[in-house]
Amino acid sequence: MPVLFYISSAIAIIATIMVITRYEPIHALLYLVVSFMAVSMIFLSVGAPFVAVLEVILYAGAIIVLFIFVVMMLNLGSVTAVQEKQWLKPKVWVGPSVLTLLLLVELIILLFRGSNTDMSMPPVEVKRVSLTLYREYIIAVELAGFLLMAGVVGAAHIGKHTKKHLHRFLQEEKPTIADLPDNRSEIPIEKDKKELAEPVV
Amino acid sequence: MISHVRTIWLTFLHLFTKKVTIEYPEEKVKLHPRWRGRIVLTKDPDGGERCVGCYLCAAACPVDCIALQATEDENGRRYPEFFRINFSRCIFCGFCEEACPTYAIQLIPDFEMGEYNRQNLVFEKEDLLINSEGKYPGYNFYKVAGINAGVKGKGEGEQEEAPVDIHSLLP
Amino acid sequence: MTVMQHIWIVLGVLFVLLNIAAGLIWVERRMLALWQDRLGPNRAGPFGILIVLADTLKLFFKEDWIPPFADKWIFITAPAIVVGTVLLSFVIIPFAPNIVVADLNIGLLFFLAMSSLAVYSIVLGGWASNNKYALLGGMRGASQMIAYEVFMGLSLMGVVMLTGSFKLSDIVAAQKDMWFCIKQPVGLVVFFIAGIAETHRLPFDIPESESELVAGYHSEYSGMKFGMFFIGEYLGITLISAMTTTIFFGGWLGPFLPPWLWFFIKTFAFIMFFILLRASLPRPRYDQLMEYGWKLLLPLVLLNLLITGAIALWIRG
Ligand code: SF4
Ligand code: SF4
Repeated sequence: MPVLFYISSAIAIIATIMVITRYEPIHALLYLVVSFMAVSMIFLSVGAPFVAVLEVILYAGAIIVLFIFVVMMLNLGSVTAVQEKQWLKPKVWVGPSVLTLLLLVELIILLFRGSNTDMSMPPVEVKRVSLTLYREYIIAVELAGFLLMAGVVGAAHIGKHTKKHLHRFLQEEKPTIADLPDNRSEIPIEKDKKELAEPVV
Repeated sequence: MISHVRTIWLTFLHLFTKKVTIEYPEEKVKLHPRWRGRIVLTKDPDGGERCVGCYLCAAACPVDCIALQATEDENGRRYPEFFRINFSRCIFCGFCEEACPTYAIQLIPDFEMGEYNRQNLVFEKEDLLINSEGKYPGYNFYKVAGINAGVKGKGEGEQEEAPVDIHSLLP
Repeated sequence: MTVMQHIWIVLGVLFVLLNIAAGLIWVERRMLALWQDRLGPNRAGPFGILIVLADTLKLFFKEDWIPPFADKWIFITAPAIVVGTVLLSFVIIPFAPNIVVADLNIGLLFFLAMSSLAVYSIVLGGWASNNKYALLGGMRGASQMIAYEVFMGLSLMGVVMLTGSFKLSDIVAAQKDMWFCIKQPVGLVVFFIAGIAETHRLPFDIPESESELVAGYHSEYSGMKFGMFFIGEYLGITLISAMTTTIFFGGWLGPFLPPWLWFFIKTFAFIMFFILLRASLPRPRYDQLMEYGWKLLLPLVLLNLLITGAIALWIRG
């Protein structure tokens, strides 16, 4: 269905442009969601429903929600929008855009000239993907698994805090001046004084 | 987990228990005799007003919603010239009833006094005064009072001795 | 199926669903009351059923206020998202052998995708309100729903393994001899719990817990926008009940009665169970909910998956 494909591609491109031109982070993220959904529609229109749905579940449904979650917590208000406006000066974006445009022109030329290469590929079944993953690329899958596991362990380690809310009377006692031997009782105080008297460099 | 399932089951069984709802307009609530509701001014058995306009209720009222003006008739019997209770402020605490020395002001078990217009909640004496003795039948203040206010002569009240003739006390 | 038939089915499903969602206002109040030894609304119309009308009218006539400090467009879109995604999920549910809007090959995944998009309505509603209670509600909603989505997806995979298809009509057909609630009891329990969390119904209504967060993510909403959240919640209940019926209780299968009636009876039983849960269980604390999910449900459902897979492989050869 080429019409659906072109419509969703157009939406994807427009949404992505909107993502990079929005000043408010949340609005940008919302356009990103739209862009993901458009990409998923592209997948659907070329006959890959499984990938399409996974795109929505994983990217739109989980990852961007986490992004939004973080942005919500950061409480970026109108101040950031103003800052963003200052940063988005033509000086900043003209260079990369021109270079990217050149690439686009190249791509278009290639597309029109090299029509001999067949662009359409047969849809790949889920079964074949899984078989390839778990036969030829098993090492890669396992390595990715290790990496993810390390990530989980790291997150658990950071997130975990051993709560020790002892009452202040029950906490380990620090040695006070009274606990020190008599002859040394004056020394720490004098030392403190000296440190205070010294000018801070 | 078991306790959750048990909770759910017990709650489910409540479907079949008797409901506590009283379907009000059709089914009346049972009010107790000492329920503190609408305020009335009562009359004594002879049909005279009990209130003597002593202002004790107005003084006792915590929200100051009672207003009255005492006056006297030709016999010297005191009665309120006007008696006004603003029920939109009354909190039905019953202090006025406790303060009243003559059982005139009484709170009765009735609460159906909703109004659309707030001004209608200001009750005047003719709205408050009822032709009944209320919760204390047979009581007549002037019958036991020492004063002669056209109800009985001095010293003729119940358990009242005749006034001492002060001339007889002279040595 | 002709185009005309298709349109009729779409319209019919929409009509029935919206009526059920509205009717649930009355059903829920009546049933909650009965379980609390009260009578519930019984004045307007026979058995008080016209309270639905009264309530809807009230919502329509309320002032539809958009707070000046809110992010206007997101604030307006958020309630639409929940109703939209939930209604879209109904597309794949086979109500009877021939009554289904679109029997997709990836039906189950489509359902999961839509329920994962429903998170946005809470998150965005909470954020756009620009109110600390709404924000807290939105954040709770986001983490709760993302977490429970995982278990929901995993709990369904056992059924998918046994059927070998994501298509819901295949799943129903596979239950001809024995419902999946017997083969997959763990999957059923986890799916239902995750479903409650996903629709943020009591006892898991942590995003809107009115005793601590005013009304959570929809604190600032009024009028019909609030009504949309309201309807979305009831539609969500209906959706989870319908999915439970389809996946674990044999969908339209049943003796004597016509298939659609069987479907409605089963779905209604689950809706009742939702309401019963609301009447009986208290709300857990937020961290308890998360701990419950990650430390109990996740291992349980993974174990279930492992055992199901092993048995399925063993039986096949
Ligand atoms: S019941 Fe209390 S508030 Fe009401 S008039 Fe009497 S004293 Fe005042
Ligand atoms: S009602 Fe009772 S307390 Fe009030 S003025 Fe009359 S006699 Fe006094």
